[in-house]
Amino acid sequence: MIEVRNLNKSFNNTQVLKNISALFERGKANLIIGRSGSGKTVLLKSIIGLHDVDSGDILFEGQCFNIMGLKERNIIRRKFGMLFQGAALFDSLTINENVRFNLDMFTTMSVLEKQKRVDHCLDMVDLENVTHLYPSELSGGMKKRAGIARAVVMHPSYLFCDEPNSGLDPKTANIIDNLIKRITLELNITTVINTHDMNSVIEIGDKVFFIHEGQKWWEGSKEEILSSGNLELDDFVYATELVRKLKEQRD
Amino acid sequence: MLLRHLGNYVILLKKIFSWPEKPSVYYKQTVRELENLGVNSIGIIAIISVFMGGVITIQTAYNIENPLLPTYLIGLAARDSILLEFSSTIVALILAGKVGSSIASELGTMSVTEQIDALEIMGINSAGYLILPKIIALMIFAPFLTIMSMIIGIFGGWAAGTFAGVVTTTNYIQGIQFAFIPYYITYSLIKSVIFAFIITTVSAYHGYYTNGGALEVGRSSTRAVVHSSVVILLFNLLLTQLLLS
Repeated sequence: MIEVRNLNKSFNNTQVLKNISALFERGKANLIIGRSGSGKTVLLKSIIGLHDVDSGDILFEGQCFNIMGLKERNIIRRKFGMLFQGAALFDSLTINENVRFNLDMFTTMSVLEKQKRVDHCLDMVDLENVTHLYPSELSGGMKKRAGIARAVVMHPSYLFCDEPNSGLDPKTANIIDNLIKRITLELNITTVINTHDMNSVIEIGDKVFFIHEGQKWWEGSKEEILSSGNLELDDFVYATELVRKLKEQRD
Repeated sequence: MLLRHLGNYVILLKKIFSWPEKPSVYYKQTVRELENLGVNSIGIIAIISVFMGGVITIQTAYNIENPLLPTYLIGLAARDSILLEFSSTIVALILAGKVGSSIASELGTMSVTEQIDALEIMGINSAGYLILPKIIALMIFAPFLTIMSMIIGIFGGWAAGTFAGVVTTTNYIQGIQFAFIPYYITYSLIKSVIFAFIITTVSAYHGYYTNGGALEVGRSSTRAVVHSSVVILLFNLLLTQLLLS
């Protein structure tokens, strides 16, 4: 479980996050949604410690992460798995080496044990045939799946995904969504996903946080989001013609 | 501005020289960097050394036209120029261009594509993991490149000098043996190690703190080469005063 309390963050006198509080629950896909520039990426990066916050608390299982020293932070960070927007795979390493990277760095497992674990993770994301390739040789969807395999190789307690569907076709995006959902349930981890894809919200959004102008504007489930009655949220949810028509049909 | 850069540079150095998470992984990275930064620079250093040696010899020959001056002085002047200045400082400037831009663009690309963030999230000291092996590798390999450059430069001088007919083999060899001071080699090697540190750290600083996109990566790479070169020239002056006075 991750809790953020009264989070504030500014860049050059511009306040990007305004007093945000939220509870991200274990075993659920927690989605942060909002328009581009609303502050959701800053919120995610603040939670994982890539940005230092101005004030407020970030608690991992009750431990205040943002006041920890680098050593203590790194211990907590070893429980993190992160899928970056562009996958952020290491260019100079093959997919196999990318996924094995954390095992080489932090475990004393034998080569055979490490390979078994890597194979299992790549099998989970259906990438068992591309282990010898370099990231530049993969498609966007494959890179994302390899990123997921790398993120879960160390049995993380927390999975963070920054725009997991950006740049993907709807079918591949759906595959990625379901993969994240399956991993969240199977490993019983706390997953925080940053997205503006409404398909993801409807598909996997156990808990949804809507960020608007740096503030938490709304919080609820995927079932509640379509009838929230919140003006700004409705404006975001029903931004596309397709969803608007679906709403009209439903009404 | 300069103070801010200096402060950030010192902070980065502190981060680089913190204790590694797993020394064996760092060792493997260092071996990889020895090849990337060191072995892969042999070709360019060899080509430049042979031509520079030749040019120094011919220029010296055409500037010593006084019949009272013995021709072996051509070999002596070429030797001292190569040993004192060319094989350490000029080679360092060439390395700043080749290795420095490579380090800055590699780290810059990693930064803008969030690969450095990925390392941080894994709980790895990204600066230490990415930069320390490069520093160690180049500091180990730079003296070898310097010695290689000295040998090839002197050989290039002989080849060009005899081919152009400005000095005989006997006179050239007499010149390079005359009044030889072995300390010049030590001095040159000390400089090469310090220059290697400057090239790797200054370039890594510019690459590591790159923000934005492809354009910024290019700018960082250019800044890395320019700043490394300026710092090398500054330290060349300081070290010459310190080590030769």
